[in-house]
Amino acid sequence: MSKFTLNINGKRQQVDVESDTPLLWALRDTLGLVGAKYGCGAGMCGACTVHVDGVPARSCLLPVSSLGAQKITTIEGLDKGHQHPLQQAWQELDVPQCGYCQSGQIMSACALLKQHPKPTDAQIDEAMAGNLCRCATYTRIRAGIHRAAEIATAGKGKA
Amino acid sequence: MSAPLSSSRRRFLGSGAAGALVIGMSPAGALAAAGAAANTSSASSFAPSVFVRIDRKGIVTLVSKQPEIGQGIKTSLPMVIAEELEVDWKDVRIVQGDLDPAYGSQGAGGSTSTPTNYEHFHRLGATARTMLVQAAAQTWKVPLAECGAAHGAVVHGPSKRKLGYGALVPLAATLPVPNADAVQLKDPAAYTLLGTRIGGVDNAAVVSGKPLFGIDTALPGMLYAVYAKCPVFGGKPVSANLDAIKAMPGVKDAFIVDGTDNLNGLRPGVAIVASSTWAAFKARRALDVEWDEGVGAGHSWADFAAQAQAAAGKPGTATLRKDGDVATAFAGAARLVEASYRYPFISHASMEPQNCTAWFKPADGTLELWAPTQNPGAGQALVTTTFGIPKEKITLHIIRSGGGFGRRLSSDFIVEAAAIAQKVKAPVKLTWTREDDVQHDHFRPGGFHHLRGGIDANGRLVGWHNHFVTFANRVEREGKSILQPGSGGSLSGDEFPGRWLANCLLEQTALECRIPMGPWRAPGSSVFSWVFHSFIDELAHAAGRDPIAFRMELLGDKDIMPGTGERGQPYSVARMRNVLKEVAEKSGWGKRRFEKGQGAGVAFHFSHRGYVAEVAEVTVSKSGQLKVDRVVVVTDIGAQIVNLSGAENQVQGSVIDGLSTLMYPALDIEKGRIVQSNFHDYNLLRMPDTPAQIDIHFLKTDYPVTGLGEPVLPPLAPAVCNAIFAATGKRVRELPLSKTDLSWS
Repeated sequence: MSKFTLNINGKRQQVDVESDTPLLWALRDTLGLVGAKYGCGAGMCGACTVHVDGVPARSCLLPVSSLGAQKITTIEGLDKGHQHPLQQAWQELDVPQCGYCQSGQIMSACALLKQHPKPTDAQIDEAMAGNLCRCATYTRIRAGIHRAAEIATAGKGKA
Repeated sequence: MSAPLSSSRRRFLGSGAAGALVIGMSPAGALAAAGAAANTSSASSFAPSVFVRIDRKGIVTLVSKQPEIGQGIKTSLPMVIAEELEVDWKDVRIVQGDLDPAYGSQGAGGSTSTPTNYEHFHRLGATARTMLVQAAAQTWKVPLAECGAAHGAVVHGPSKRKLGYGALVPLAATLPVPNADAVQLKDPAAYTLLGTRIGGVDNAAVVSGKPLFGIDTALPGMLYAVYAKCPVFGGKPVSANLDAIKAMPGVKDAFIVDGTDNLNGLRPGVAIVASSTWAAFKARRALDVEWDEGVGAGHSWADFAAQAQAAAGKPGTATLRKDGDVATAFAGAARLVEASYRYPFISHASMEPQNCTAWFKPADGTLELWAPTQNPGAGQALVTTTFGIPKEKITLHIIRSGGGFGRRLSSDFIVEAAAIAQKVKAPVKLTWTREDDVQHDHFRPGGFHHLRGGIDANGRLVGWHNHFVTFANRVEREGKSILQPGSGGSLSGDEFPGRWLANCLLEQTALECRIPMGPWRAPGSSVFSWVFHSFIDELAHAAGRDPIAFRMELLGDKDIMPGTGERGQPYSVARMRNVLKEVAEKSGWGKRRFEKGQGAGVAFHFSHRGYVAEVAEVTVSKSGQLKVDRVVVVTDIGAQIVNLSGAENQVQGSVIDGLSTLMYPALDIEKGRIVQSNFHDYNLLRMPDTPAQIDIHFLKTDYPVTGLGEPVLPPLAPAVCNAIFAATGKRVRELPLSKTDLSWS
């Protein structure tokens, strides 16, 4: 076991784990942040998606020893009041069915919106292809991303 | 809106701590206390049934008794109570009930939750409302008929006096509970909540990453386990490098579990218990087991396919239906069409792998379970029969499931967690790896259909013959050894177009195997609809007829087709004609001109009490790439859509799930092992394949309200395959789609 200090959701947090422990399990088992989900353990389903220095990453494949002081954002830290435009849009359009994959979907969608504030369907297809939804809520995820883009734009307009 | 995972008791006692998992509470007797008498009201709250409680602030707490697996039942059934109770949805809190006989049957399967509870839940709400109105009338000393309820309050019409439900709690709590069958239900025309779009009650928790699912369960001192089973079904461990495993970092224990021979019970395996999931997973990779593989080691898909081919030339071992004489009908037919269809075994692949948390306390012999299950009663019963722990000593918390699709109707993960918990005597969470989940499912059985159909000179179907080759396990039933086809692997003689034809022969041959099989969303229907509506399409084209006109003629003029025998289900032909007519109209069937490479296809199916017709429009590129442009869905599931948003979500999901299952997943079997292991070789549909447009039409009819988790899925695959034929002239007769070259020039 080794001690690692991670920068998670703007807070420095210490974990005492084996150095090859993937971030996913440090978050879930050690820190009790269970929003990132285990789906495949191989980076193929996207349920464990978090941001590392603003870039979406599969936390099931990231050993804690590789993270250093990089800024990690999980679904819990996406927005203080959980009112990120995507979180608003997801509730407004009732996107989830079982909901298990949705924190990963939102984290991937968030990175997309940073890059393309008004994404096209083709850009959504490309950015979201790494996130599986077994309930197949894709129609609503797509609509939710468009809606979040509107909410974000409206928010900026007011400000 | 919701209080995730708090137990009813905790919530009802007003501790109010939402969001976290229940820690170490032993609710044996807690819900029993709540359910002991019909009116369990106290000075601080009014509870005319175990499902409804109103506090003095007027906050209404409703219990959702059914497992939530993504079908939306935790939102929709409480909506039914709230409608009758005349309370605003914002003032309603939902708690998930544990497994408790006080709630009646608890299970999520067969799209039955809505039809079996709908009226009862109306009466629960109406009963509570009736008592509150009585309490108000008594308070004001006015005739009951002058009082009415709305928005969580009772109003006296003539004087406009108003009392909120909270204020009526003390008096209502003392009133006798009326006979639920006699209370007045609302006129459906006056509904304000049912039929509107209501978001899932756990959505806020979902989008903020709160603990919600079985796999999120955390208890003080909890250990983490994995369980390795023989890659060949029915095999068992002989020995394992347990000492080496126990020496690994974080590993607390490793041991062999003997298990039983029952493929649906506790299968033998090796348990590893560790201080974290990762430590357990790592140790699992280092685990070296010598297996006694047993007879299952001889299984291979290639061999099964050869057996199925050989069976096709012979009579079936069982005759499911025999009307008239197909041989004579075929001899006299103007055209005879023959085709064979086949599909592989598949897994459920719910996003949340199987898991269960268990805590056995040796001091009193009690077992507490936190299970993401569709079938809590069966889980408890399997624990009892396997270990002899009496039912009264087992508490089962029903935890939200990250997808079900029928997988969690089986209880293997529950009984495995229970076995491990009894050894370690500490709270322990068993988590299956994705590989376990893909390879140790209760699979949807594969199958082979050898079909013949005869068309007369007028283009009418005059005879139908199907020899269905399916898969079965050998089981003991009343002292006899019999072959039991897997769930969804048994064809009913009544399945359309059985019952409709003067000459119809349905035969079945079962291939014996040691492969666990279980219900997969719309069992049977999910594949039979594809086979039969694809073949009907072949017959329509052979007859030179329009596919909808041909089907309409086949359905015929009768309104009801009675079921055959005692267990046969009547089929409302009138309702099916209606949805078929409507889907033709809504899709503009026959009115659009398609370019080569584009086309439309149709199919319909009756299952789970629902009547559904679908039209798919597709584009197939010259290189054979499929794109589904639009799907039009028309359903008749009765008089009322409960939650419009949830219903549309189920339709969208069923359409895309149907397309996914048509396009991608397939399991190979070699040397008794499942070859595929994770999403790199067990594919599911992703965003880029999602149809651009799904049009949904719910026909409102006078029939009872029924469920929507399953019936929309079956017609999707044949509608798409029939559209592919219209677009390319290529007929898809094998799943998944990748087996068929769709390129054209």
